[in-house]
Amino acid sequence: MKEMPTVSFTPNIQRHVRCPPAGVEGDTVRQALDAVFQSNPRARAYVLDEQGAVRRHMVVFVDGRQVLDRQHLSDPVPRDGEIYVAQALSGG
Amino acid sequence: MSDRFLVATRKGLFTVQRGDRRLSPWSIVAEAFLGDNVSMVLPDPRDGSIWAALDHGHFGVKLHVSRDRGATWAEGSAPAFPPKPEGHEEVEPAGQRPIPWTVLRIWSLEAGGDDDPDGLWCGTLPGGLFRSNDRGASWQLVRSLWDHPKRKEWFGGGAEFPGIHSISVEPGNSRRVTIGVSCGGVWVTEDHGGTWTCRADGMRAEYMPPERQFDPFIQDPHRVVQCPGDPKSFWAAHHNGVFRSVDGAGSWQEVTAQPSSFGFAVAVHPKKADTAWLVPAESDQRRIPFEGRVVVSRTRDGGKSFTVLSRGLPQQHAYDITYRHALDIDSTGDHLALGSTTGNLWVTVDQGDTWQTVADHLPPVYAVRWVSG
Repeated sequence: MKEMPTVSFTPNIQRHVRCPPAGVEGDTVRQALDAVFQSNPRARAYVLDEQGAVRRHMVVFVDGRQVLDRQHLSDPVPRDGEIYVAQALSGG
Repeated sequence: MSDRFLVATRKGLFTVQRGDRRLSPWSIVAEAFLGDNVSMVLPDPRDGSIWAALDHGHFGVKLHVSRDRGATWAEGSAPAFPPKPEGHEEVEPAGQRPIPWTVLRIWSLEAGGDDDPDGLWCGTLPGGLFRSNDRGASWQLVRSLWDHPKRKEWFGGGAEFPGIHSISVEPGNSRRVTIGVSCGGVWVTEDHGGTWTCRADGMRAEYMPPERQFDPFIQDPHRVVQCPGDPKSFWAAHHNGVFRSVDGAGSWQEVTAQPSSFGFAVAVHPKKADTAWLVPAESDQRRIPFEGRVVVSRTRDGGKSFTVLSRGLPQQHAYDITYRHALDIDSTGDHLALGSTTGNLWVTVDQGDTWQTVADHLPPVYAVRWVSG
């Protein structure tokens, strides 16, 4: 089977917008997330702000490492990479 | 006369309805968005739609609408900034933080007038005013205000960034819109948002250096309301006190209220511009009710004198503060609803002479709004 990155979302987002795990094409976090949001456009605004940056209290991991480029999402994603979109712990 | 109002709170939206029972005639009859932060609600008098602005924190600001009086809701288009130009840098003057081109909070929502049947206005933090020409199907940033050089001098009051909390659409002439900004004064457009003028002459900011105390651009109105039946009349609860205007915000006169002039909320009678209600707190430095007693202060003579109203409100060890949108008056001018930071909710049907408790364990109340009809 062809390898491709997978994108999973925090359970907390599911209450607002359904975001099932997805296998997508993409060499960077931006490309992978764009692919997810293309088929689930409503989810985009829950993860990214209108400038395309990761929302202030959201975090994105690639294989367990927090992405560094929250603005342009240029962090590379391996062919079998696992992207996880989570909430930052804030607000208590 | 309205027998129904909406309550936007830190953890949900509630509908209050007058019932038949004599002893407890007002009660919560519906709830929505339980657990979610509802920053503003708008019952659109033109078609009965209800708009609810949610601030999900992690997931951003959303706008939901109900077309069936709150029975069901759907997420709609939310105001959003256009792409920030490459290399554009701008900081909030007080804290020197970069101004994000991101809607951080929906702080005001108003319907266009009868002569603007599809129009909606939305004020936000960090200071963007948005306009919908299609009843919320899409939103556009009002660039004439956002690009105004003086807008860039707006600064945050209690919040990190400035915000537009008040929008008054003039009855019968929806081309004239007045907004209140914390902090940035009062702004008026006469041409439906094409051009804007700051109209805060006479407002005074004691907390600023002497040479800037009357600078209209740095004023901090907490809430600005317009008398629908006498649209040249405005009232403002200001950080520095109470102000009113009788010339369409052309000039403002300071009013001394009782028991203090510090507060956030103000309501004006829909027809009698001299009649207004305030919810005074002790002072800027101690934001608690005066002597731990919740009171509402009413004037019927344009602010020359005030009657302190307390019947039905807690009179000892009460530390409720009323946020700027948590006082509203219905279209008759007899019914007022009042909510507090500590989750109390009261209603009066006699212009504040007596108050009835509707609930006392709600989440912090951000806004109350009467539903017309």
